[in-house]
Amino acid sequence: MDFETVIGLEVHLQLNTATKIFCGCRNDFGLEANTCVCPVCLGLPGSLPVLNRQVLFSGMKVGLALNCAINTFVKFDRKNYYYPDLPKGYQISQFDFPIAKNGFLPVITGGQERRIGITRAHLEEDAGKLIHDDRTNATLVDYNRTGTPLVEIVSEPDMRSAQEAYDYLTALKLTLQYLNVSDCDMEKGSLRCDANVSIRPRGESKLGTKTELKNMNSFSAIRRAIDHEVASQARTILSGKPVVQQTLLWNEEKGMTIPMRSKEQAHDYRYFPEPDLVPFTLTEEQIDAVRRALPELPYARLRRLIGQYGISEYDGTILVGDKLAADFFETAAAMKVDIKKLCNWMNGPLMKELNDRRCRIPGLKLTPQDLVALINRVEDGTISNLAAKDVLSDIVETGKDPNIVIREKGLAQVSDDAQLETIVDEVIRENPQVVEQIRSGKASAAGFLVGLAMKKMHGKANPKILNTAIQRRIANV
Amino acid sequence: MITNDTVKYIASLSRLHIDDADLSRFGGELQNILQYVDKLSELDVSNVPPTSHVFRVENVFREDTILPSLSPVEAFSFAIESHDGHYKVPKVIE
Repeated sequence: MDFETVIGLEVHLQLNTATKIFCGCRNDFGLEANTCVCPVCLGLPGSLPVLNRQVLFSGMKVGLALNCAINTFVKFDRKNYYYPDLPKGYQISQFDFPIAKNGFLPVITGGQERRIGITRAHLEEDAGKLIHDDRTNATLVDYNRTGTPLVEIVSEPDMRSAQEAYDYLTALKLTLQYLNVSDCDMEKGSLRCDANVSIRPRGESKLGTKTELKNMNSFSAIRRAIDHEVASQARTILSGKPVVQQTLLWNEEKGMTIPMRSKEQAHDYRYFPEPDLVPFTLTEEQIDAVRRALPELPYARLRRLIGQYGISEYDGTILVGDKLAADFFETAAAMKVDIKKLCNWMNGPLMKELNDRRCRIPGLKLTPQDLVALINRVEDGTISNLAAKDVLSDIVETGKDPNIVIREKGLAQVSDDAQLETIVDEVIRENPQVVEQIRSGKASAAGFLVGLAMKKMHGKANPKILNTAIQRRIANV
Repeated sequence: MITNDTVKYIASLSRLHIDDADLSRFGGELQNILQYVDKLSELDVSNVPPTSHVFRVENVFREDTILPSLSPVEAFSFAIESHDGHYKVPKVIE
């Protein structure tokens, strides 16, 4: 039987506000346990939450960037459940009037553009962190994370493969990074993702029974977990059994899922309006002001770069994948430089320098001016491509003018005809067999002589000029 | 109708222990409360927007400004048990 995969994703995003969602405690990662807690985030009797204005505005930004409608009436609700990570016994979340709904995100996947629907985005508070401690045979609780502002972004079940889910997450993360509302770091837990997965016979319009996958800590783990679950559901159906609706925890080391205990799954959240918070109303003017202040988003920027500079979608995608790299590119592209060459240098040698140093553009001392100057020295034949890469490695560290480095290292190619001719004469004299091959029509053999000559000149020759000189010489002898 | 099973279920959600002998009594009391509240259904509220808050106040915000948190001594003064800067609770996962 041929199955179709159906995937919907829930992404939790921690906002990078200075303080928590309902109190003035610092919203920071990696602080000493329980040092940023107060009566509000500990849920002590008599304390009252007050909404952080910035959280509502960041939520609006996220909603608008995902092409959602923003609700002009927003309220909060209590989601009730008992667990030690939740000191109040309920989580303040949004149920029927979330900040944003009915949006979409354009995603390039499998060489095509797809619009993945966004069902809703709502605001809520994060829970505390539990450490299951074998030594004390107890659970230890750190409430620093309690009250960290979250936006939960729920997609439509629009994805048809694990790779599509991966591409959606990549596009979503990039969009959120451009908004500068979160550091989107999965390792720190500021971006987390659960996947709802089901399969159905191809052509069937009814959805199959879904399972929920949790506990994936990277995009590639999400892709692996989905692939694993799709195969597992197909085996279940083919063996004549029904898929059981349940929550599964992904185990990355073992590459398998473990069902959550049914006790932990049986939730009855009994949502009701949060009486401690008043409702919020937003005017169309306020929403428009936030919309106008949005930065150019990655997808729009990609389309513009392709149109404005004539670069390929491939090159454009790499550049836009790092906002600062795209900024660097555009600053450089405004100068006198071959755009295609600039693109190649940025996505090739410069990318390598960044990867070698595990850093991003601001971590280098390179300016767009110096990169352009370097590219142009290759173009005008002053230095070879190889030498230029050497200069690049130098100037990203030192911030020196590439022209000075070229002079200091003596990398400029020899354009002194007399010296060139002497060397050419030498290699021709020393390799009569190769010369014979070239004469009898094997033009590619000239490359061997170019290499020998280059060696004699310590790499400081222009290979094109050398080649021409060798060819001319052989023809004339 | 509030059955004994419903009472047990509500009790388990609320982490309350209820003796079996009390189940039907609580069921009856809950039933009365629901019937009493149900009187409201007799009203025509088709033109009344749902109440989400009893106060007619909206848009109460706090600015995104850091305020002092509790000191460790204060933060743990009401904790039954603590360990190494953490609140200590019975193990929740076997």
